[in-house]
Amino acid sequence: MRKYVPKDNVQKKAYYTDRFHVVPSVPRAEVTDAHFASVVTALGNDVKEAYIEIGQLVVHIDPTRNFDVMKTLKETCGYTQCSEQSAVDYLAKDNEFELFWQLLNITEAKRVRVVCRLANGAAIESIEPLFKSANFAEREMFDMFGIKVNNHPYLKRIIMPDDWEGHPLLKTYPLHGDEFASWYEVDKIFGKEYRDIIGPENRDPGKVDIKDTKRFSRIGYEVPFGAEYNADEEVPVEYSETALVNYNKKTSKQLDERR
Amino acid sequence: MQVSNKLTPFFENLNFERDDNTMVINFGPQHPSAHGQLRLILELDGEQVVKATPDIGYLHRGIEKMAENMTYNEFLPTTDRLDYIASTSNNYAYALAVEKLLDIEAPRRAQAIRTMLLELNRIISHLFFVATHALDVGAMSVFLYAFREREFAMDLMEDYCGARLTHSAVRIGGVPLDLPAGWLENAAAFCDKVDYEVEHTYGALLNENRIWKMRLEDVGVISAEDALSWGCTGPMLRGSGVKWDIRKEEPYELYPELDFDIPTSDRCDSYGRFMIYMEEMKQSTRIIRQLIPLYKETEPQLMAHSPQYISAPKEEIMTQNYALMQHFVLVTQGMRPPKGEVYVPTESPKGELGFYIKSEGEPYAYRLKCRAPSFFHTGLLQNLLVGTYLADVVTIIGTTNIVFGEVDR
Repeated sequence: MRKYVPKDNVQKKAYYTDRFHVVPSVPRAEVTDAHFASVVTALGNDVKEAYIEIGQLVVHIDPTRNFDVMKTLKETCGYTQCSEQSAVDYLAKDNEFELFWQLLNITEAKRVRVVCRLANGAAIESIEPLFKSANFAEREMFDMFGIKVNNHPYLKRIIMPDDWEGHPLLKTYPLHGDEFASWYEVDKIFGKEYRDIIGPENRDPGKVDIKDTKRFSRIGYEVPFGAEYNADEEVPVEYSETALVNYNKKTSKQLDERR
Repeated sequence: MQVSNKLTPFFENLNFERDDNTMVINFGPQHPSAHGQLRLILELDGEQVVKATPDIGYLHRGIEKMAENMTYNEFLPTTDRLDYIASTSNNYAYALAVEKLLDIEAPRRAQAIRTMLLELNRIISHLFFVATHALDVGAMSVFLYAFREREFAMDLMEDYCGARLTHSAVRIGGVPLDLPAGWLENAAAFCDKVDYEVEHTYGALLNENRIWKMRLEDVGVISAEDALSWGCTGPMLRGSGVKWDIRKEEPYELYPELDFDIPTSDRCDSYGRFMIYMEEMKQSTRIIRQLIPLYKETEPQLMAHSPQYISAPKEEIMTQNYALMQHFVLVTQGMRPPKGEVYVPTESPKGELGFYIKSEGEPYAYRLKCRAPSFFHTGLLQNLLVGTYLADVVTIIGTTNIVFGEVDR
């Protein structure tokens, strides 16, 4: 029987995990710092959970309240810069995204991470009116995860081409690209009618095309550049004999196909 | 859409037929002043920019996706390809983020070496900035002089790690090698050379140069509030009068023990930022000089001792069975950091380079986000370019010092 491969997360996984392996957690400390305590107080009822993880305050909020929380953090608590924002894909486990905003207070030299869980298909409010850096960051989040952002001035793909299908950082998206990706450049450059002639794009860096006579892939056989591939006429390369190893004797194991 | 014939040929990059009397110019992605693969769609009214739309993604390699499919140690050489002008700062930012996640600290000698390499990379990056910025604006000779010194700095990097551009000179938990014999003397000589050249060559050629000042003064003006809002960091932020340097404010490695200044400028323009870059090079040489005696006092240990995550030194692996077993597990399966998330900012030559890592206890990061300073500086262009003249566009792109390896990732 064919081995079952889960489709909801096609990223690489550990090939072996000890049966008794216990995953430890990074310690989460209570909010004791005076500044961070004042931040938690300022946010009031919006805080679902607050703790300190590796020196930074982490605040969990409701996804509908993100704009108000950012506004309070900016105007009351002095967090004037949004360093980074993005998402983490938890669709396979919870059918949710985890969004985070990394904020910086330059007078106190403190950082806060605001975290929320957003259901699949739901949209988040843009914080672009508060932090202009969100303009690019939210576009990137939309491009990479397909998370819609309400009231963004120009929500368009930023890194992938405009006519791209799929969102590359989803766990369901394979590392070497999907079916659409393998035909994208062929369709774009040559046209759909050339699909049969050219074939899908192969992004495997270790691929060796046996019929290719234009690149350095005819290992062991010499063919004039660009010659027609003909297996009958192949003449193996003869190496000069050495005292130690006979390279002409093909004794070593050769893999027929890549694992 | 243009209909081309013999009388009106097809202009790929221009679009004249617009109702509102503006012209649209497609700047890049192959423009030599675009510092890589930046495409700017500029809407011009006469020579004035009405609207600028930066279009990025021409160098996208999916580095964050690759991070989810590589073990932590495997991914380290990939970080070289972010900001390829100063690779070690990327390696270091990544290694530091993983170290914070693992709660380990590099031994003191490794810290001294890392700090030296970081500052050397800062000099390399700043020399590159001065060279290309001057070249963009039109001062050819500075490029030749600055690249001469940059070669010496890359020779030093080559002496240390064997690579000139993609260094991978830092490991998670320390550094792979000790400094070779004579490296410190060469570094000291190089510092003297840089100090002299910054003062007497680039400084003499540019600082008070009439044309240079005309081209840079009051060009690309950004207020402190805007700079913060747009996510500017590094010299872009300090150029707007905000004294913020992560090396001072959230210090890492040996920076708390070192004596150095943070140059700022209240000019808020390209000239102020240029002067910051020049001053930072002098501060970097000052740091390297202070580190030479600090390095000599340290114990020879190079990698942190943490058998669960870090392989033992080679001698132990070759002599002790248990060290060999752990090394085997770490190489074949990869280290498994505890479950949790971390965001660690560092001051790279371009600004705040931070890595956000979400670990689920697997040997592969569940999510890795690279906070690249150039990404946000590129976003700033849509604000900074509006109202300026076409001739200043190249100066402003130059002054943001963006590198497309880390913009597109």
